[in-house]
Amino acid sequence: MMRVHIPTALRSYTGQNGEVDVDGATLADALTALDHRYPGIRFRIITEQDKIRPHIRIFVNEEPLHDLTAPLHQTGTLYIICALSGG
Amino acid sequence: MKSSPANPKPGSGPIALLIGTRKGAFILRGDRSRRAWRLSSPMFLGHIVHHLMLDPRDRRTMLMASSTGHLGPTIFRSTDAGKTWKESVAPPAFVKVPESEKGRAVNHTFWLTPCHPNEPNVWYAGTSPQGLFRSDDGGNTWRPFSYINDDPQYREWMGTVQDGTPDGPKLHSIIVDPRDPQHLYFAMSGGGVHESFDRGATFTPLVKGLDVVEGFNPTTVTFHDPHCVRICPSNPDRLYQQNHCGIYRLDRPSNEWVRIGKNMPKKIGDIGFPMVVHPRDADTAWVFPMDGQTVWPRVSPEGKPAAYVTRNAGKTWARQDKGLPQANAWWTVKRQAMSGDAHNPIGLYLGTTSGEIWASRNEGATWTCIARHLPEIYSIETASLR
Repeated sequence: MMRVHIPTALRSYTGQNGEVDVDGATLADALTALDHRYPGIRFRIITEQDKIRPHIRIFVNEEPLHDLTAPLHQTGTLYIICALSGG
Repeated sequence: MKSSPANPKPGSGPIALLIGTRKGAFILRGDRSRRAWRLSSPMFLGHIVHHLMLDPRDRRTMLMASSTGHLGPTIFRSTDAGKTWKESVAPPAFVKVPESEKGRAVNHTFWLTPCHPNEPNVWYAGTSPQGLFRSDDGGNTWRPFSYINDDPQYREWMGTVQDGTPDGPKLHSIIVDPRDPQHLYFAMSGGGVHESFDRGATFTPLVKGLDVVEGFNPTTVTFHDPHCVRICPSNPDRLYQQNHCGIYRLDRPSNEWVRIGKNMPKKIGDIGFPMVVHPRDADTAWVFPMDGQTVWPRVSPEGKPAAYVTRNAGKTWARQDKGLPQANAWWTVKRQAMSGDAHNPIGLYLGTTSGEIWASRNEGATWTCIARHLPEIYSIETASLR
């Protein structure tokens, strides 16, 4: 089980929960589990080509993850970060 | 087979303006006289709303094309005229391609068109990058429509972000012939106007007669930059177009556009973004010219905003600026930010990128500011709510 930190911009999907727990051996698995629980959230983060969207960054224990195949260790927190760009 | 269009009758009920802005959506509700207006609270404040559209078939369903600067694009749906909203289960998205190929991802949905009255719950959407999508369930789920999104020829005509509008080329002006839902048009901000007679099984370019930027070959479809195309409800064989290179009229079955903008005053020119047609008089249409000189400032020429109306299908144009600022008003009005209602006389409404909404209750003869201090206005649609 991995803890996921949900940014404020996506908390409309999680009932305003800032942290949720999901299972997953990879980032893809974790996001699929997240979307199963909160339908629609994955597409706001990941494109239809399975790429992390521009202005979204994902970290585990401050290490950046760049693609969905990244393995997850079941400790620590997965952070989804939205880079607010411009005014 | 085409049937005759229903004779459009004048409306008489209250008008609501559905406003999409760079920072959310608003509804501006008017009374029957169109004199008093009441602005809603912002809906989806902070979201980029390119288009907010009422389904005229039930007058309760609304779709909102939304994205943010960081999150992916989506569609919000309301079935109670904007009181409550739910997100589409499957927003417009391109087909996933194999890892070895470079696939496209929708950045935002730009245009929403409800389909024909005989096809309830069907909607079309145009996106950036340029793509065409359809929903058969009132906007809840979307799928790529027709073959054009992945067709090599169409992809060549669509070009890339390098070719187009600063925040991405846009597929827009999706038009369903009111006599025949199999007869479709769409336009691309980079890539011309296209027509289908078989509900999208085949599309054909419709660019003959349109000019392109100086020196380029006008038969090359990718060079064409339509800004807004409208069909006349009272005569669906007539279309008007505001293009990057002029104002045009097309009378079917001809395939050749006529540049009626050449009849505009020379010092004003015929550059602009929106195009509005009269719901009951196919000879009457409006444009809102922008300065297209030198580096293309795309503001009101000489800082003096004005609409121009033709009452004779483009033979002559008349300036309409009574009530508008007479100087130092450097407005930009985007392609979706001017529309008309169906009253008699019809009301006209325009929104500026500086957040003002101006209205005319007499077909452009006089104008009044009915809202200000809004975010940058992207779109205004008139709606007759239940």
